[in-house]
Amino acid sequence: MQIDIKSLNIKPIRQTYSHVARRIGPDKPASRYQEATFDLQPTTNFHYRPTWQPQYTIYDENRTAIVMDDWYKLLDPRQYYYGNYVMARARQQDAADQNFTFVEKRGLLDLMPDEVKQEVIEFIMPLRHYEWGANMNNTQICTFGYGTAITGPAMFQAADRLGMAQYITRIGLLLSGNETDVLDKAKESWLHAGKWQGLRHVVEDSFVVEDWFELYLLQNFVLDGMLHPLFFDRYEQKLNRQGGAAQAMLTEFMSTWYTESCRWVDKQLSVAAAESDANRELLTQWYGKWIDRACESLMPLAAEMLEDGQQVLDEIRTQLDARASKIGING
Amino acid sequence: MSKRLNLKERYKHMTRLGWETTYQSMDDVFPYDTYEGIKVKDWDAWEDPFRMTMDSYWKYQGEKEKKLYAIIDAFAQNNGHTNLSDGRYLNALKLFLQGVTPLEYQAHRGFAHNGRHMRGEGARVACQMQSLDELRHAQTQIHTISHYNKHFNGFHEFPHWHDRVWYLSVPKSFFDDARTAGPFEFMIAVGFSFEYVLTNLLFVPFMSGAAFNGDLSTVTFGFSAQSDEARHMTLGLEAMKFMLEQHEDNVPIVQRWIDKWTWRGYKVLSLIAAMQDYMLPESPMSWKEAWEVYFEENGGALFNDLARYGIRPPKYLEVCAAEKDHLSHQVWGVLYNYAAPAAMHTWIPDDRKLDWLSEKYPDTFDKYYRPRFLHWREMEKQGKRFYNGSLPMLCQLCQIPMAFTEMDDFTQTCFRTSEYKDDKYHFCSDGCKDIFDYEPEKYVQAWLPVHQIYQGNCGGPTLDDVLKWYQFNVGSDNFDYVGSEDEARWNDLQGKGEKPADKSAA
Repeated sequence: MQIDIKSLNIKPIRQTYSHVARRIGPDKPASRYQEATFDLQPTTNFHYRPTWQPQYTIYDENRTAIVMDDWYKLLDPRQYYYGNYVMARARQQDAADQNFTFVEKRGLLDLMPDEVKQEVIEFIMPLRHYEWGANMNNTQICTFGYGTAITGPAMFQAADRLGMAQYITRIGLLLSGNETDVLDKAKESWLHAGKWQGLRHVVEDSFVVEDWFELYLLQNFVLDGMLHPLFFDRYEQKLNRQGGAAQAMLTEFMSTWYTESCRWVDKQLSVAAAESDANRELLTQWYGKWIDRACESLMPLAAEMLEDGQQVLDEIRTQLDARASKIGING
Repeated sequence: MSKRLNLKERYKHMTRLGWETTYQSMDDVFPYDTYEGIKVKDWDAWEDPFRMTMDSYWKYQGEKEKKLYAIIDAFAQNNGHTNLSDGRYLNALKLFLQGVTPLEYQAHRGFAHNGRHMRGEGARVACQMQSLDELRHAQTQIHTISHYNKHFNGFHEFPHWHDRVWYLSVPKSFFDDARTAGPFEFMIAVGFSFEYVLTNLLFVPFMSGAAFNGDLSTVTFGFSAQSDEARHMTLGLEAMKFMLEQHEDNVPIVQRWIDKWTWRGYKVLSLIAAMQDYMLPESPMSWKEAWEVYFEENGGALFNDLARYGIRPPKYLEVCAAEKDHLSHQVWGVLYNYAAPAAMHTWIPDDRKLDWLSEKYPDTFDKYYRPRFLHWREMEKQGKRFYNGSLPMLCQLCQIPMAFTEMDDFTQTCFRTSEYKDDKYHFCSDGCKDIFDYEPEKYVQAWLPVHQIYQGNCGGPTLDDVLKWYQFNVGSDNFDYVGSEDEARWNDLQGKGEKPADKSAA
């Protein structure tokens, strides 16, 4: 049985904006994602050159060596625009909040052995700075990138990274009973402890990478592709075995985020690689240039964190190589 | 037992995540935040204008979006456009989508730039949130207006038009100017002048106009954006105070930017003035009233407050004050004259509107402007609707046609010139000339629509060529409201008794 409410039926004269219709075909209704994304960035007739970069126009395709015949091919498989992005993250943060509350209420941290807490402070806290670096790099991609299809989600990615730096901070404060010197010590480690210097070095080098698409690959594929599985998967498994299961609850945001982020990142890279052999070669070359750096930089950390650190790192590397091949680079 | 951290301390730990780089120099990592000459002794002195962590941002904004989209959906489902005051109102929305929404987008990318390139982390985090908000505004405006686009003309090519059509080069060049300036000037241009000083004169008239004219969809967006705007205002003010407090050498630089960006903003507002007084069938307040309340009173109080930093009110306020009785009428005249290459409709106000204008502008309207409109109305009646067939000369700086008059002689067009490298440049005002003279190498680059047409860069030499290049549906997107498809469609909605209420009454 169907009920039928009579309402005013007015025939529209068009289904969507003309620039959207040109892309999706005439007389088709457009999604919110499509209307919010296509052709939003200005493309021409800029009035003045940036005083900070007079060699380029405000939005300039030449800020990367990657060449796309249409930058709106770089669509987001998650179809994020601001509204559904914040609503998705609001749900995740709600889950994260519940996890934090659960851990606190059940006194799960009291059950966590002290040496595990110390390990979390030693190996996870300095990642606040890594995430902040990832925030800087994705903000850079937003400002220097081309086309809303990739620059919009890059800003969301930047916000995610700030969010994760803050979750890590919260974990530190929770573990230490709000003694902020755990954060100071983590920063001290990040700045001076030998085992962190390789990573900090490559992160600082990433800050001066000029090609934003190279930076995209370096940050979101290479560095994250090595680091996140190491710290938030393999290392957490070890902490679990040592009675640190609460840590996995507190970093659930990171693991769901990482799975989601990979979908977006792989799509961007595979579309760019599929565009031309020149792009594919460039991406392959960049991957080759950075992957060894990334592995070397993580080696001293992996070796201390895990008994079989070298082997774990090799496995993660093999998986990342496979991911790269699948999306058409390093092949 | 856990120590207690107050909100301020906690927020500091949540955001002060950066470090002094050593493998790369700080100046290489942040190459753009010194060349403007702003001296920063201590970024730690930055006072966070609001303390919102990312998770609370997601939560709060997510809830707002959920509510907003529920209304947008309901509006579309119920054909809310049938409840507008009048079809003419749509033209205010067209101006908004063509002229303002792209600026929100530009602000998004500009704040991303500052969110990466200012050295202080506190400032960067605040800029990043604003960057997200501005993307929100651009995208939600597109969604809010999407339904109107399905039923009316003048919306469907807004990004294409923003990059090309003559009157849209006024807001575009404003923002291009801000985007091409350094990060500190951007903060004064957009964060302070635009968001703090002028937002009540730009954003608010559109939203109040929506409220007064039955546009539920847009006004809901306006309310939803209000708390974002409040954050943006506090950021703009904090950024400026920070610069002023950091070093006394910053004061004259900031003062020059305040002068420049108030004037530049004021010129962009002249389009809003015309919208407010002429496009809104039901007007919440006149341009003059808005200027008096929001600029003269509120702005006056603000600048009194800033006097302790050695900041004086912006230059040329006396010109603005003298012009407030004229601005909207002169600009509407220009829009009426050049309705052919404009993606919106114009009209001669009806008697009710003329009387309202007389009441709001007792010193000038009947004396100078009513006779002009009556004359044009008479010409229309005789089938000789006046269109200006030639192209106007544009001000090199603000890019508005040279149509403003001297304030001591309303028959004289205000006209200024400067020479730079053997070329002569023309301006509509002393304010515009001043800005040019300080940085001529920047402003000679301007993409002036009329020059570009004459140089053959806009599709060809005839009006038809240009309109084709603009991608207008000629006769649908442009010309008069009376006789337009929009008008026919609007009348159809009113007259035919298609509403269910009417049916049930039958």
